[in-house]
Amino acid sequence: MSLKKIEEKKKEWENGTLKPVLDKYPERKESFSTGSWLPVERVTLPEEFSEEEFLSKIGFPGEFPYTRGVQPTMYRGRLWTMRQYAGFGTAEESNKRYKYLLDQGQTGLSVAFDLPTQIGYDSDSDYAVGEVGKVGVAIDTLKDMEILFGGIPLDKVSTSMTINAPASVLLAFYIAVAEKQGVSRDKLRGTIQNDILKEYIARGTYIFPPKPSLRLITNIFEFCSREVPKWNTISISGYHIREAGSTAVQEVAFTIADGIEYVKAAINAGLDVDKFAGRLSFFFNSYNDLFEEVAKFRAARRIWAKVMKEKFNAKNPGSMKLRFHTQTGGSTLTAQQPDNNIVRVAIQTLAAVLGGTQSLHTNSRDEALGLPTEESVRIALRTQQIVAHESGVTDTVDPLAGSYYVESLTDKIEEQAWQYLNKIEDLGGMVHAIEAGFVQQEIQDVAYRYQREIESGDRVVVGVNKFVIEEEGPKDILKVDPKLRQVQMEKLAEVKKNRSNETVEQKLNELREGAKDPSKNLMPLIVDAAKEYASLGEICGVLREEFGEYKESIVL
Amino acid sequence: MSFSEKVTQGDIRSIARALSIVENNDPEKEELIDKIHKFCGNAVVWGVTGPPGAGKSSLVDHIITRLRKAGKKVGIIAVDPSSPFSGGAILGDRLRMQSHAVDEGVFIRSMASRGHLGGVSEATGDAVKVLDAAGYDVIILETIGVGQTEIDVMQIADVIMLVLVPGLGDEIQALKAGIMEIGDIFVVNKSDKHGADKVRAEIEYMLSLKQDNETGEKKPVIMTSALKDEGIDELVESMDFFIKKISDTGDLERRRKKRIELEIRKILSRKVEEAVHYNLNLENKMKKWVSSVFGKENSVYHIVNSQFGKIIKEQKAK
Amino acid sequence: MAKKIRVLIAKPGLDGHDRGAKYVARALRDAGYEVIYTGIRQTPKSIARTAVQEDVDFVGLSLLSGAHNELFPAVVDELKKNGADDIVVFGGGVIPQEDIPNLKKKGVQAVFTPGTPIKSVIDFIEEVRRHK
Repeated sequence: MSLKKIEEKKKEWENGTLKPVLDKYPERKESFSTGSWLPVERVTLPEEFSEEEFLSKIGFPGEFPYTRGVQPTMYRGRLWTMRQYAGFGTAEESNKRYKYLLDQGQTGLSVAFDLPTQIGYDSDSDYAVGEVGKVGVAIDTLKDMEILFGGIPLDKVSTSMTINAPASVLLAFYIAVAEKQGVSRDKLRGTIQNDILKEYIARGTYIFPPKPSLRLITNIFEFCSREVPKWNTISISGYHIREAGSTAVQEVAFTIADGIEYVKAAINAGLDVDKFAGRLSFFFNSYNDLFEEVAKFRAARRIWAKVMKEKFNAKNPGSMKLRFHTQTGGSTLTAQQPDNNIVRVAIQTLAAVLGGTQSLHTNSRDEALGLPTEESVRIALRTQQIVAHESGVTDTVDPLAGSYYVESLTDKIEEQAWQYLNKIEDLGGMVHAIEAGFVQQEIQDVAYRYQREIESGDRVVVGVNKFVIEEEGPKDILKVDPKLRQVQMEKLAEVKKNRSNETVEQKLNELREGAKDPSKNLMPLIVDAAKEYASLGEICGVLREEFGEYKESIVL
Repeated sequence: MSFSEKVTQGDIRSIARALSIVENNDPEKEELIDKIHKFCGNAVVWGVTGPPGAGKSSLVDHIITRLRKAGKKVGIIAVDPSSPFSGGAILGDRLRMQSHAVDEGVFIRSMASRGHLGGVSEATGDAVKVLDAAGYDVIILETIGVGQTEIDVMQIADVIMLVLVPGLGDEIQALKAGIMEIGDIFVVNKSDKHGADKVRAEIEYMLSLKQDNETGEKKPVIMTSALKDEGIDELVESMDFFIKKISDTGDLERRRKKRIELEIRKILSRKVEEAVHYNLNLENKMKKWVSSVFGKENSVYHIVNSQFGKIIKEQKAK
Repeated sequence: MAKKIRVLIAKPGLDGHDRGAKYVARALRDAGYEVIYTGIRQTPKSIARTAVQEDVDFVGLSLLSGAHNELFPAVVDELKKNGADDIVVFGGGVIPQEDIPNLKKKGVQAVFTPGTPIKSVIDFIEEVRRHK
C-alpha cells in the first residue's frame, strides 16, 4: 500500500512532468518486464510499512529470516570463496590446472568430472566412447583420485565436487586420498553436489530411480554427520534448472521444493533435522537481469528460513540458513564476439555478490566454444577479484536493501515461488511432480517462449541478433586429446593388475548384500571397496543391478 | 527380390518405406497391398487407447518386454495428433519405448494423424497390413482416445485396451461415450496413486450398466503401475486370454470380417466420392452453384439432384 | 498431398542437456514438419535404427559434451550400414568451427552452432527438399 501523500504527488507527477515527455517521446516499449517476465514499473515508490514488517520481512543479516544475508558481517568479515569449476582430460592435467588456479589466488577447488564418471561408467565402457575426459576429469579408481590431488593438502583446501548419482563413490575416494595424506576425516572441508532430483529435471546424469537414489543421499547425510562433520553433504541446485530455461521464480521454487524433498527423506530415514540441515547447501545461477537476480537470492533465503522453521520445526539457526554457491549463467554467453562475455560475467558477478553468495564461479569468455583456456579462466577469476577489491560493494551488507524496486521484486518472487511450492505439495511432493512431468513441462514452456523472443529479436542478445559483425572463427580453444580413452583404459588395466582382485570381489559382494537391506548405510561399504581399488564402474555396476536404472519421463 | 518380397521377408528399410507409401497414399500403395495381402492374417492386433497422460506408452514399453520374452515379434504403431495450426507434429510416444530400438524383433513406427485422404484409419489399417505381412506376431496400435478419429482407428484392433488413470475424476463420464463401448479390457494405470480404486469402481459401475452381448461375461479391469512395473503380467495374460476366447468362439473371425466389410465400404465411398467430384468437375463449378443458391435461384437439393441426375443418366447411357 | 518432411532429433552419447534439442523439435513442428525425438543417451546404433524405422528424411544430432567428432560420424556410418545413406544428417551444439570441415567430410551435411537462428535450420531443410 503506497503512502497517501506520495500517491497523490505521483498523480501530479504523472500529469504534470511525465505526460508532456511521454507525448513527445514515447517509451521504447509498450510495457517492460524483467528477464523472467515479471512486470517492471516505471518508478517504484515506497510502501507503507511498520517496524514489525521491516523486522519480520527484512530484519538483520545473520538473523531469521536471513533476507539480508546469512552472516552478520558478510564480506566485511570474509570475502566469498572464489571457486572456479575446473577439470578435463587426465587427473595429471587437472592437477596442474588446480595448482595454477590456487597459485593465482583461487581460494577453493571445484572438480569437474567427465560424463562417464558422472554416470558411473569406467573409461573402458562402451558408453564412454568419445566422452572420456571431455567435460571434466576421468576418474576410474582411487589411483586417479590420488593423482588428481597430488601435492594438494586436503586439510588446507576445501573441495567442491560436481558429482551426483555416484557422489558416494567420489566422496569415498576423497576420504581415502585424505587418509593416505594423513588427514583425518573430521578435518575435511568441501561439498558434493549430490542432488539427484535436478538431474531428473534438467541435467540428465542420473543412474538409479528416485527411491534408491534418495536412500544413498540420506546415507551420506548420516555418515557425514558422524564422520565428516565439516562436509557439505549436498548442493541443492537451481543453476541447471535455470540453464534449462526456467524463470527466476521457478529456479527458486523448484530448488527449494527439491530441498524440502531431501529434508523429508532424511527425516523419514530417522535423522534429526538439526543434525544434518546445517550442512545442506545450495547452488544458484546468476543471470542477466541484475536486480531480479539480487531479489531472487534474497527471496530464496527468506523462503528457506520459513520452510525450515515452520514446516520442519528446526530449532538450530544453522538449519535455517540458506548458504549458497553461485555460478554465472552459462547459457547467456555467446559464441559470437566472445570477449563480450567478459562484460556479461562481470554484471552477473555483481548480481551474485549483491545477492550475498558464499562462493562463486565465474564463466570464461569461451564458454560457448569449449572448455576454458588458461588465459580465459584467469580473466574470469580476475573479474571476481576486481569486484571484491576495487568496487566497494563488499564494504556494507546487503546494500540494495531498502530499494523500493528490489524489495518489491523480492516480495513478488517470494509470493510466486510459494504458489509453486503449494502446487507441488498438492501433487504429493517433488518426486511425484517430476514423475508427472509437471516440473519439466513448466520449464520447457518458458524456455520455448524465451527462445522465440530471441529468434524474433524481441529479446536482444548483443552480437547474435543485434550489433552483429562478420567474424572469423575463434583461434585459441582448448582441445582434449582424443586418444585419452586409450590412455585411461591402459591405466585402469594396470590398476586392476596390481590390486587384490579377490578382496575387491569380496568388498563388492558385501556392498551388494548391503544394498539389498534398506536399513544399511552403504557409505562405509563403499569406502571399503574404494580403498581396495574397486573401480567406479564396478561399484556402480553392483548398485545398478540392485537398484535398477531410471527411465526418463519426457514431456514435449 | 522385388520390393514387396523384401517387405514380406522382413527387411527393415523396405518395411519402413512401405509404411511411408501407405501413409502418403502414394500411387504404388494399392499395388503393394495387392501383393502382400495374402501374407496377412497371422498377426494379432492389440489396440491401446486412453486419454493423454494415462501412461499408455510406458505400459506398452513393458508389454513389449514381456512379449519379446515369450518369443514374439512385435510391431508398434503409435498415432499422435498433428498440430491443427502448422500441420506438423511431435511424435513422442516412441521415447518411452526406446530401450527396444536396437531389438531386431521390434519395429516401432510413429504416425501423425494429419489430414489423410481417406482418414487416418485407412492409412493405419494399411500400415497394420504391412507389419502383419512382414511377419510380426503382435501389432500394438496406440492412439489417444479423445476423438471420433481415434475410435475409428481402434476398430482395426482385435482386442482393445482402454487405459485410465486416477485424477481424471468425473472425466470418465466426459470421455467420448464410444470409447468406453469399444474397450475389451480396462486398465487403471498409476494404480499406486490416490484415487485408483475409485476409478476402478467407476469403470465397474459403468460396465454393469451395459450388457455384455457377446460373451455375457464381465470385462476385466486390471490395476497396473508402469512406473513400478506392476500388473503387467496380469495385463498381458488377460489380453492373451481374451484373444484365445474370441478365437475359440469364432468371434475373432466375425470381428475381422466386419472390419473388412467396413474397410471395403469406406474405400468404396471414398472412391465414389472422388470419381463424382472429378466427373462433375466439382471444384470449378462450386462457386457458381453457391452463388445460385445464395441468390435464391435454386435450392441446394435442386443443384445436387440436377448434377447427380446427369451422372446417373450418363452411366445408364454407357 | 505433398509428402510431409519427417525429422528425427536425437541426442547421442551421455550428454543430458536437452534444452536445445527440445526447442528445435518444437520449432520444427511449428514449421510443419513431423518430428520424432528420441530422448537422451542414445547410441549411434539406436539412432540409425530409429531413423530407418521411421523413414525420416533428416536426422538432427544435438551434442554439447565435445564427443561430436566420434559420435556424429558413427551415426552416419550406422545409417550407411542400414542402407540408409540417403537420410540427411545435420548437427548442432557446442562444436568448434575448426571441427566442422572434418564432420562434413564424414557425412554430416550441416552444423548449426550456438546462436544460429532456427530459420537457418528450416532453410537448410527446405533447400535439401527442393533438390530431391
